[in-house]
Order: sequence, then C-alpha cells, then structure tokens
Amino acid sequence: MRLARPTAAALAALFTLAPLALRAQDTTTRGVRIGLSYDPSGKPGVVVLPVSGAGGDSIAAILSRDLDFGDRVNVITLDAASTGTATRASVPNWALLAKLGAAAAVQVTPTPSGLHVAIYNVVTKQTARIKDYPAPPMRESRAWRAAVHGMSDDIELALTGVRGIASTRVLFGRGGRLWTVDSDGEQLTALTTAETPSSSAWSPDGRSIVYNTYVPSQIVVQAIGGRPRVVAAGSGVYISPVFTPDGASVVFAHGVDDGTDIYAVPVSGGGARRISVGRGSDNVAPSFSPDGRRIAFMSGRAGHPEIYTMDADGTNADLLTPLDIGESAYRASPDWSPDGRQVAFQSRIAGTFQVMTVSLRDRGLKQLTSDGSNEDPSWAPDGRHLVFVSTRGGTRQLWVLDAESGRTRQLTRGAPVRLPAWSPRLAGE
Amino acid sequence: MTNRSAVLSLLVVASVGMAGCRRTPPAPAPAPTPATDNSAQQRADSIAAAQRRADSLAAARAAEAREAAARAQTQAELADVLAARVYFDYDRDALRDDAMATLDQKAAVLNANPGVTVVITGHTDERGSDEYNLALGQRRAAQVKRYLVSKGIDGARLTTQSMGESQPAVQGSDEGAYQQNRRAEFEARNAGSLVRPGA
Repeated sequence: MRLARPTAAALAALFTLAPLALRAQDTTTRGVRIGLSYDPSGKPGVVVLPVSGAGGDSIAAILSRDLDFGDRVNVITLDAASTGTATRASVPNWALLAKLGAAAAVQVTPTPSGLHVAIYNVVTKQTARIKDYPAPPMRESRAWRAAVHGMSDDIELALTGVRGIASTRVLFGRGGRLWTVDSDGEQLTALTTAETPSSSAWSPDGRSIVYNTYVPSQIVVQAIGGRPRVVAAGSGVYISPVFTPDGASVVFAHGVDDGTDIYAVPVSGGGARRISVGRGSDNVAPSFSPDGRRIAFMSGRAGHPEIYTMDADGTNADLLTPLDIGESAYRASPDWSPDGRQVAFQSRIAGTFQVMTVSLRDRGLKQLTSDGSNEDPSWAPDGRHLVFVSTRGGTRQLWVLDAESGRTRQLTRGAPVRLPAWSPRLAGE
Repeated sequence: MTNRSAVLSLLVVASVGMAGCRRTPPAPAPAPTPATDNSAQQRADSIAAAQRRADSLAAARAAEAREAAARAQTQAELADVLAARVYFDYDRDALRDDAMATLDQKAAVLNANPGVTVVITGHTDERGSDEYNLALGQRRAAQVKRYLVSKGIDGARLTTQSMGESQPAVQGSDEGAYQQNRRAEFEARNAGSLVRPGA
C-alpha cells in the first residue's frame, strides 16, 4: 500500500518547512548535542529512533544509511544521552526531537512477520503514518536486507514524496566477470563466469541483464540466476548492448571492417536490424530516452567522438554536445536520465575525462566532477544520483554522486572495475 | 711411426712368416718398414677410407645441421616479420609510414606463402571510452587488413578482431606505455614451414 501522492507531498511540505523555522533558534541546548541537525540545504531533519529486539541495531543502521544516501533528508544521529530519552513509554519525546532539529522521527519495531513502522510528524506532534512491511525472519540474509531496503525506500517516499533508491543494485565488470553490488556497497555478488564481459545493462524489470563478450564476439542475455543465451554473434565486434524501454529488444553496436553501427534484435530471437547509418564511422553506446522514442549514442562521424541523438528508427540524427567544449574533443558514454531531461556523458578536459550533463531542453552543460579521471556515468532510477568509474582514490573504483548537492561516496573497493550500470528499482526477493 | 706400431708390425710379419706365406719371404728382422708391408698398407688404407667415410658423413650431417639452422633462422625471421606489430597514433586508425613499411614486409611473406592465414587483432591504449575503444581497435585491424589486401593478399586469409583497451602490451599510464599499447597484433596460422620471398 502506498500513500497517495498528494498526501505524501503535503507531508513533505510540512517537513521541509520545519528546519527553516528552527534555523532562527538557538540549537545549542544545554545537555543535548546535535549531529547533523543544522542543515543549510533545508532538507527535513529525520531521527531514526532506536530499534529494540534482535537485529534492531542493524535495522536502524541500514535505514539511517539508506535515508542518508538518498540525499533528500537530513538524518540526525542521536548521541548516547539522547538515545535513552528520545522515546518515553512508546511516545516520542517531542521536545527533544524538536530541539534536535527533527521534522520527523521514524520508529521501526520488529514483529514476528516483518517490520512495523511508525512515522511521527514532530511539528504537529502526531503520528503521520503506520505501516507494516513483511520481512523474512533470517537476519542479515540477502532477502532480509532487501526487505529492509524496500521499507527504507517507502519511508523516503512518505517523508519526501520521492521513492528512495536503496532497493537498487549496480552491475559492473571486474577481473573478466560481471558483478552486482547493492547501492549501499553491500552484497557484492559475481553474476557471470564469462571470460571477457564488457558493457552490460539491466532489463527494465530488473530481472535480466544483457552484456557483450569479446571472445567469442557476441551479445548475451541472462536472467538473474539463469543461464546465458546468445542473441547476436558473429565476426567483428559486438559492443554496448541495452534493452529497449519495453524490454522486447536488445539494441547494440556491431563493428565490421566497414565501421560500427547500431542494430536491434528481438530478445525472443530473430535477425538483427540496422538502426544507425554511420557510413564507415564508429557508432556505439546507445541509451534510450525513457519514452523509447529517441536514442543517445556516441559517434566518430565528425572525426572525433561526440554524443548524438536519433529517432529509435535511426532517422533525424542530431549532434547533442556542442563542439566547442573542452580543448580536445572527445565525448563518450552517454546515459539518458530517467526523467528524460538530460544526458550524462564523459568529456575529455585537460587530458583527462570528467562527467558532465547536457540538458535536452537548452543544451546547457554542467560539469559534475573534477577530481581524478571520471568515466562511464550511469543514472540511478531517481534521476538524481550517478554512479561512475573514478581514479580519484588511486585505482578505478565506482563512486556515487548526488548531482544536486555534489556529495560523493565510494561504492566499491579492491580490484579495478569498469562500466557500471545502475539497476531500475528492484522488487523484493 | 711409434715404437708400439713397429712392434705390432714385427709381430704381424713374424706370424705371417710362421704360417708359411707364399708370396713374401721372411724378411730379416728387425727392420721391416710398414711402407713396404702390403697388409699394413691395406689396413691403413682401410682405416683412412673409414675415416673419409666418417668425415664425409659428419660433413653431410654438419651441412644438414647448417641447413636446418638456416631454415630455422629463416623460419624465425619470417615468423618475426609476420608477427611484427604495427603502431598507431592516439584515437587514429590511419597507417603511419613505419606501419606501412612493416606491412609491406608482411605482404611479401604472405604472398610467398599462400597457405598462411593471419588473425589481426586491434588494440588501444587505456584512455577513452571502453566501448568506443573496442570499435577503434576493430577499425585499426580493418585498416591493416585493407592495406594487406591492397598488396595482393586474399582478404579471406585475414581475420580481424578487437580487444579494445583490455589487453595492454605494457602496463603504465604514460605516453611510452600508451604508444606500445596502440597497436595491431598478428597471429599467423598454418605457418610451420615458411618460404622466403623470391626463393
């Protein structure tokens, strides 16, 4: 059960106003230390109340982190002194919560069948929402974590009007295999045993992936937990496959001696149909607009790689990235945002690559990174966060960026990685 | 002649004398010379002939070994010509002069050895998009193939593929490493006994 959107929006408005009201107050109240409460961005402050029972600390920690990583609320951390007094006999300590700068508080209680959630509106001193979420009993299991993430995303929807992205994963290549990692950096899992996987992408329902290998040269579709199935293969190279937004076809680049063009093949099997007309140039990395009507791709048709868009049938190709940005033109790896408004890509700047966005409305450019080399951006389903490969930590690792606040966090550690693809929102397991 | 040979010759002469040799009267001891002794001469001749045979066999073997070494060297040289890498400029598939010189040598060897087929693999340096680099590597391999075909090699003998930036020849993130990695590699097949061009 979801709250109707107007209700959620109304709540969000209430919570958003609260910190503004608090800003004028003296928050250095005697005996109370405040974590992240004084927030210049105006994000609503939220307290995750201590969770009792077995696994309670884990639930509180996962929920707090999920809300924090969503970047839409300001998660207020309780110190030891506040922890014991935040609730009194199951009733929120309104005065303390208000002093902490909280607009809302979340109370999770484990039940035999799952998780019981109460959301309190600190401004009105009322219980704003009660909801029960089913969850498997086994602590720390994959499915249990997925259930907690699903609860987090629903709580974020209630608090802000926008569903969270905790129930998502990132697919990427490392050491000749494809892996997934949960969006919070946990549950690193090897997916394929293919020797030379390269680019990969999710199906719209998140239940399958598609990827290419060099040797043999082919495009492979594989249900998560299922067996690989070749949908295109042959001589030359097969590159950068994606699903169409309706999930019925796979679109990819196929390179032969006469150049590389973009093709489509039905997932159910059949012959490939050419889409782009590159006339000997290289045309790779297709990315669909959310409505499936346009494709962003990169092409060397002008002598160097740039981002173009075309209709899904290959007509009306148009240069998207202005030619006068950067001192040596090399624009690559487009990814159309889920809200359809912009395309993220990598651009060479001062000899290294940086992640940028270009607006579909006015072609306005925005540079999002500057530290190290940053490549292969992929949007989260919230249209706000991006995952990309960065060398800023020394080796090629995945980093997550909030395109609105500029906040970044490192997602992977260890051996170098490449070509991330952020999943759609995933159903519980 | 050594003392030991002289004594041996004497013994031979003595035994012949005792057997009642009809042709040769017993020579007065003690100074027969081997030069005048027929048996000794035959024996020496036989030894010499055997030696000559051995020498000639050894010479033949040596010649054979020399030829084999020469063949192996030719084979190695020609295999090196076939395997020699060609290098490219950044984000380019155009063949440089040094690449064309290398390919001209390859074309000569391939023309002299029509049974040989070659897999051409294009590679790129680590800079740039992984996906575009896979296409760029393919384009480099195709450019090499086109050039060899223009030199008379049947295109059916040349297979192209790309590894993009995934298999650097050398590690490193400087221009020296990048240049080594922007290359086409060649794997000759059915190339066990190569013939030198013009041979």
